[in-house]
Amino acid sequence: MNKECILKVEEVYKSFPGTLALKGVSLEIKKGEIHSLVGENGAGKSTLMNVISGVLHADKGRVFLQGKEVYFHNPNDAQKAGIGFVHQELALCPHVSVAENVFIGRLPQKNGIIDRKKLYKLTEEVLAPFQSVIKPEQKVSELSVAQQQVVEIAKALSLNCKLVIFDEPTSSLNESEAQALFKIIRDIKSKEISVLYISHKLSEIFEICDRITILRDGIKIATHNISETTSESIVTEMVGRDLGNLYPAKSSKKGEPILHVTNFTRKNKFSNISFNLNEGEILGLSGLVGSGRTEVVRAICGIDPFEKGGVSIRGKHIKLNNYHSAIQNGLCYMSEDRKLDGLFLNMSITHNIIAILLDKISKRMIVPKKQTIILAQKYQKKLNIRYADPGQKVNSLSGGNQQKVMISKLLAINPGIIIMDEPTRGIDVGAKSEIHNMLRELCNSGIGIIVISSELPEIVGVCDRVVVMHEGMMVSELTGEDVTSEKIISSISSTKVS
Amino acid sequence: MKSSQGSIKRVIHGIRGFKESTVILIIILLCTGISISAPIFLSLDNLKTTAIGLACDGIIGIGMTLSLISGGFDLSVGSVMGLSAVLTALFAGMGINIWLAAFLAVAISLIIGLINGILIGKVGLNPFITTLGMMSIARGGVFVLTQGTSLSINNADQSFRFLGSGNLFGIPVIAIIFIVLAILGDFMVRKSSPAMKVFYVGSNEKAAILSGINTGKVKLYVYLFTALMASLAGILSLSRFGVATANMGSGSEMRVISAAVIGGAALAGGEGSVFGTVLGVLLLSIINNALVLFNVSVHWQNLIAGTILILAVTIDLLSHKRKNK
Repeated sequence: MNKECILKVEEVYKSFPGTLALKGVSLEIKKGEIHSLVGENGAGKSTLMNVISGVLHADKGRVFLQGKEVYFHNPNDAQKAGIGFVHQELALCPHVSVAENVFIGRLPQKNGIIDRKKLYKLTEEVLAPFQSVIKPEQKVSELSVAQQQVVEIAKALSLNCKLVIFDEPTSSLNESEAQALFKIIRDIKSKEISVLYISHKLSEIFEICDRITILRDGIKIATHNISETTSESIVTEMVGRDLGNLYPAKSSKKGEPILHVTNFTRKNKFSNISFNLNEGEILGLSGLVGSGRTEVVRAICGIDPFEKGGVSIRGKHIKLNNYHSAIQNGLCYMSEDRKLDGLFLNMSITHNIIAILLDKISKRMIVPKKQTIILAQKYQKKLNIRYADPGQKVNSLSGGNQQKVMISKLLAINPGIIIMDEPTRGIDVGAKSEIHNMLRELCNSGIGIIVISSELPEIVGVCDRVVVMHEGMMVSELTGEDVTSEKIISSISSTKVS
Repeated sequence: MKSSQGSIKRVIHGIRGFKESTVILIIILLCTGISISAPIFLSLDNLKTTAIGLACDGIIGIGMTLSLISGGFDLSVGSVMGLSAVLTALFAGMGINIWLAAFLAVAISLIIGLINGILIGKVGLNPFITTLGMMSIARGGVFVLTQGTSLSINNADQSFRFLGSGNLFGIPVIAIIFIVLAILGDFMVRKSSPAMKVFYVGSNEKAAILSGINTGKVKLYVYLFTALMASLAGILSLSRFGVATANMGSGSEMRVISAAVIGGAALAGGEGSVFGTVLGVLLLSIINNALVLFNVSVHWQNLIAGTILILAVTIDLLSHKRKNK
């Protein structure tokens, strides 16, 4: 066996009731390399990660760490053996200090009492290489998402890992924070610590990874050196078919204004936001995380309060007392966090889809079961949602399919305007492409679409016109050929005050 | 024996959920076991007594199911039940026609439910603290009104007594009323759109708001309904015993919540059924009945009830875990 190999996974099988998630997967990670793992949702990435980090036990197969065979009974074993994990949904305790999180379970003690001086000093040492402003005494809830991630990385490294697994690390970071993360990862590599990097964003993978392994349907398709492959061929291997153009064709026609938003203001959140949405075009709302886009849009839909502002739909001024009146007027909002406030996880697909439609679809206050099932099947076909039975609970679906259920929920009320907040967050290339194509179809059929996205390639690829926001204010509006990553970034940075 | 158990389970599984079929199975096993050791269990008299005994808890359970589904619960039901009975007896004692007295008592109980609903639904207070406080207030009201004694309705129109102590074709009227309410309640919870909204609110309140549901209004109606059921239970209890005592209804909230959880309601909300709660009430009653038949001291009842609850919840959690791993 290659002495340079830090982790070797050999012919691992793992099954769950109803599915065989891993079918004899083998993987080798070299010492000091940044190895990426890609695959569509359901390909087996999470399962493989969970087997490596001790959360799940493989049915068959072996795992070797530095040449020795290992068997992890639980994540603690894996951690002790030197495998660190930085989770997508950060595993920190928000009400507790940074120091107490980093040294959780191994707080320095003096005579049975926590030695805080030593604890903070040790934490400072651990945080030092990250050159961050984070203080050990701070409560984790006071930190930004990017800073919390730094804490989690620091914690993993302080455990003397030989391998650090990163699961979708940039999903909540903006461009500059992501770059800071990449610098940290390169530092990790320079210390001869290996990195397993899981992400849907191929552009990132090509930026920092050395090798890439592609999984599909529980099987390892191939491992390549990054320098010897291209995005397109990776995508083809991931989905098993040629996806063609990554984004659907844009529209060049400019129709009548469907939505007219004027002077939306809310102290400390956003000020004087005005824009139009025209028929036949997809409008994008771009900006850094925290620029106020979600807040504006929720205010426009009557969900959150605002101090000043007017909305008119197709010329008719709308009074926004609550979200219900927005829905009555055909305006709806799709949340950016499907698990938090987008879906009813313990309820069936059918019940999720009819949630907004409930009153309209009910006859004399009874919910017609047959009709709802027909509706669910209609959207299953239309959006290509993969499930076994419409009575299935939504939390058993993959991320991409969950997102599609959330979209179905909105489509079911035949809206006139849909505002989608991060519509493809956390879903794979195949599903992303399906959703982008669907957005264009909806737009062409006369429904107004506004997309909020922190992913520049998505904004540039999908939207016909882009409004850029920064720190609560509109900084530019770009149309047609001006819709490029460079122009968006420069309009943000040219107005940077801080 | 084993194979017939298996096929029964399969049949029931086809009709209802996993949880409910488990409870049905346990009930069948228990009944079989008890009737072998104490054949008097299956006597008409004993069954009637059991049915009458569980009717009030069952009616309260219909309301409690809904409040559990909404993600909360109502600890004040026992006190509202007592207050309702006491107010009816009080008004009747003042010369008011007893049927009117009952109507007034229900109306006042609805006000309590309204206050619960406003505090929990509109103001946003925690259901535990709110209904706990209301439990004390209502029970306090009962003590004040009764001065610790019992109020009799011997001087009132005795046709009222038919509800609680009469029989129709040999079946106790109170049991019939309970069964009718339970069937209606189960249907409503399973099929009606207002009840569906309660499921959404209990499952994920934030998502319910983003689905255009007025969550404050939904919760308000839930607590109104729970108070209504508790109030009806109180009136039927008064009709059954002919007296309203200061301790009437005491402890029923714990029994009913246990029954609901045994029957499949989740404390976190978003799950539950009236049928399941009824099964839970039935199970607890049968166990109680068994204790009586086997001459077990009354003092053991609490201990056993508590043990059953913990067992039920543990079994439920383990079976969920196994399903998901």
